[in-house]
Amino acid sequence: MHQLLEQVVFPILGGPPLADRHDGAPVASDVPGSLVLTTDSFVVRPLFFPGGDIGTLSVCGTINDLAMCGASAEALTLSMILGEGLEIAVLERVLHGVRSAADRAGVSIVTGDTKVVDGGASGDLFLNTAGLGRRVAPRAIRPGNIRPGDVVLVSGDLGRHGIAVLSARESLGLEGELDSDVANLWPQVAALLDAGVDVHCLRDLTRGGLAAAVTELAEARGLEFELLEERVPVNDVVRGVCELLGFDPLNIACEGRFLLVTTAEDAERAIAALEASGGAPALVGRVRDSGPGRVRLVTGIGTTRLLDLPAGDPLPRIC
Amino acid sequence: MKYLDEYRAGDRIRRVAREIEALVTRPWTLMEVCGGQTQSIVRYGIDLLLPECVTLIHGPGCPVCVTPAEDIDAALALARRPSVILCSFGDMLRVPGSETDLLSVKAEGGDVRVVYSPLDAVVIAEQNPDRDVVFFAVGFETTAPASAAAIERAERLGLERFSALVSHVRVPPALTSILEAPDNRVQGILAAGHVCTIMGTEEYERLVERHRVPIVVTGFEPLDLMWGIRSCLSQLEVGRAEVENRYARTVRSSGNPAARACMERVFEIVAWPWRGLGRMPAGGLALRPAYHRFDARRRFEWVTPRPRPATECRSGEVLRGVLKPPDCPAFGEACTPDHPLGAPMVSSEGACAAYFRYRGAELGDVHE
Amino acid sequence: MCLAIPGRIESVSQDALGPTAHVRFGGVERAVSLAFVPEATIGDWVLVHVGFAISRLDEEEAARTLALFDEIEMDPPGGEA
Repeated sequence: MHQLLEQVVFPILGGPPLADRHDGAPVASDVPGSLVLTTDSFVVRPLFFPGGDIGTLSVCGTINDLAMCGASAEALTLSMILGEGLEIAVLERVLHGVRSAADRAGVSIVTGDTKVVDGGASGDLFLNTAGLGRRVAPRAIRPGNIRPGDVVLVSGDLGRHGIAVLSARESLGLEGELDSDVANLWPQVAALLDAGVDVHCLRDLTRGGLAAAVTELAEARGLEFELLEERVPVNDVVRGVCELLGFDPLNIACEGRFLLVTTAEDAERAIAALEASGGAPALVGRVRDSGPGRVRLVTGIGTTRLLDLPAGDPLPRIC
Repeated sequence: MKYLDEYRAGDRIRRVAREIEALVTRPWTLMEVCGGQTQSIVRYGIDLLLPECVTLIHGPGCPVCVTPAEDIDAALALARRPSVILCSFGDMLRVPGSETDLLSVKAEGGDVRVVYSPLDAVVIAEQNPDRDVVFFAVGFETTAPASAAAIERAERLGLERFSALVSHVRVPPALTSILEAPDNRVQGILAAGHVCTIMGTEEYERLVERHRVPIVVTGFEPLDLMWGIRSCLSQLEVGRAEVENRYARTVRSSGNPAARACMERVFEIVAWPWRGLGRMPAGGLALRPAYHRFDARRRFEWVTPRPRPATECRSGEVLRGVLKPPDCPAFGEACTPDHPLGAPMVSSEGACAAYFRYRGAELGDVHE
Repeated sequence: MCLAIPGRIESVSQDALGPTAHVRFGGVERAVSLAFVPEATIGDWVLVHVGFAISRLDEEEAARTLALFDEIEMDPPGGEA
C-alpha cells in the first residue's frame, strides 16, 4: 500500500496539501476556525466484531481523521456500496452502528449516497465517508512541525482492534475480553488543546499499528525516531494473543488510539491532560537530531534494531 | 507473562554476555537450527551481544522455507477447487510455489482458511460435511504429532471427506547433511528446543559421537539463546563435544513419548525433497497405509506447473548456513519481502526475511 | 518448529475424544488438547504448540536456573566461565 501511494498515486495527484500526507486537509485557508476536510473508506471484514462494527468504525474513523488535524467534526457524509445479496437485517444493524456512534459524538450525517452492485455476495457492504470540521487548534497540526528532540506519546494501549477483528474473522478459539478499541478521539485531542499542549503532530494508529504511523512520520520528516519497546503499553489480552500467534503488538491495528508528537517540556502536561480525559497515555519515544528518516527500536533487552514494516497483515504462525 | 518475561530480562542477559566475553579466546562458528531461534536472534539483536569472533549461522529449521514448491503447488491446485476448503497455518500463505501463493489464490476466490491448530481444520470439516476439507500439514517433529492426532480424530468422528496434504520434515537428516558437507563450517549446534520437547535428546548422542561437535538443546527466548550459546562456546573452548540440555524446564531427554507414539501410529519415515537442499533420505513423513484414505494426494488428482528455471535465489546455501543473507548479491536488491526470489525471504522466520525485517537493507549502522 | 508458549491450566475436562484444558496466556484463554500430557492438571504450566500441550513446565528447574543467572557477578571480564 505504502509503495502504491509513493510510486503511483502521489506522483500523479501530488502537490500540497496532498503531499503533506496528513489525515485531513484545510480548505481555502489554514487558520483557527478554517474548514478541514477528510475522506475515508471502510472495507473491514467481518462487518461485525466484538466492540463494534463497520458502521461505528466509519463514524469514529472520520471524526478521528479530523481530530488528527486539530479539527472538530461538524458534519459527515456517508456513501454506501451494497452487494445485491446483502440482507436488509445486516444493513439495518450497520446503520444503527452509524447512528449510535454519530449521536454519541454529537455529529450529524448530513448527506449520503447508496449504490447497489450486481452479483455482490451476501456480505458485500463498503462505506465511504467525508468529514467536514473546523480547526480548533491554534496552530496547524502537521508532520512538518516535528522537531529534533520532540517526544512521542501514545494515548493508550495498543492492538485491541486488530485482535478483535482477527478473532471474529478466523475461528481461532480465543476467549477473553477481545473488544475493539474503536472510539471517538476528539475529546482527548480537545483536552490536549485546552491544556495548551504544544501539539506538533497527531496521527491515529490504524492499519499497521504504531510501527506504520511512526515510520510514516519519520520518512515524511526525514528524521530518525527512536522507540522504546519497554514503554509501549499493551494489555494482557493483546499480549497473550500476540505471544500465542507470533505477532508483534507494534504492527497491530487500533481504531481508538493516537500518537502525539510534542516538545519534551510539554510531555508531562500532555500526559496529565490525556489521563484526565480518560486515557492511559505513555511516553514511548523521541525524535533524534538528524536523519535518515527511519525508526530505530530499543528492544526490551537493551539492544537496538531498525523497525521495518511487515509485507502485509499479520498472519498467525507456527514457527 | 510468566515463564516468558523472566527470559527477556535485560540484566540477566547482560550477565551471560559478560560471561561469554570472558570465556571466548578464539573464533567459533555456531548454528542455531530452528527458524524461530533465528527470528528471536535477529529480533532481539542477540548476535550484537556476542564477541565479534563468534559467528552464528542460521540453519534450515524453517519448515515453510523447506516445504517443496511442488507441495505448495498442490495446495494451490486443491484450493482452487470449489468443493475444497484448504486449511493452512498462516506461515504458508505468502510462500510462493512455482508461480503463486495461497494468499493470491484466496484473493481470487479460493476457500483458504487460516488455522492455528490442525484440530481447527477437523472442526471445519465437522461443520462442513458437504465440502472436502484439506489440511496442509507442514512443520517439523514439533508439529507432526498434532497433525497425527487431528487425523486420528477425523477418523474417530467418521469425517470421510477430511484429508491431509502431508509435507512434514525431520531435523536429524538435515543436521547430518550439514555436518557431512565438505564445506561445513559449523563447529557447534544449538538444537531446536521445541523439536527436542517431542523427540528428546538421545538421537543427538549419535551425531555428537560421529562428528565431535557439541550440541546444546536451546530454547527461544533471548536468555535461553544466550545460555545455549554460552554452553556451546564453553564446550568448544575446552575441547568437549557433548549433548547438553539448556532448556530443561521443558525438554526431557526422553522427549514426549505420547506425542511420538501418536506420530508413529499415523506417519512413517520417508525420503523427502527439501526445497533448496534437495532429496533428504529419511527427511520426511508420509501417511501409513492405514491412513491412506486421508491422503489428499491419493484422493485428488491435479496438474502442477512445470518447475521454473533457476533464478538468482541461493536459498540452498542460506539454509545450509554457508551463505549469510546479507552476503547474497540479490539481498535487498532483486530479492526483498515484497518481491521474494525464494522461500527464506518470504516466511517471517526465514533467515533472509528476518535479516531484512529487523536490520533493514543496510547493516552495520545500528550499533552505537 | 517452533512457536510454543507457556500457559497456565485453568480447568480440565474430558470428552469422547480425550482430555482438554482451558489454558490462560496473559489475558486470553484457549482450549488446548492434553492428549500428549494427560497427567497435567489445574494450576500446571504447560508449553502449547498449535493447540496441543507438548510438555509440562518443570517450575523448580526454572526457578533453579533463573537463580543461577542472578548469581552471576557483573564484574569486568575475568569472572567465572
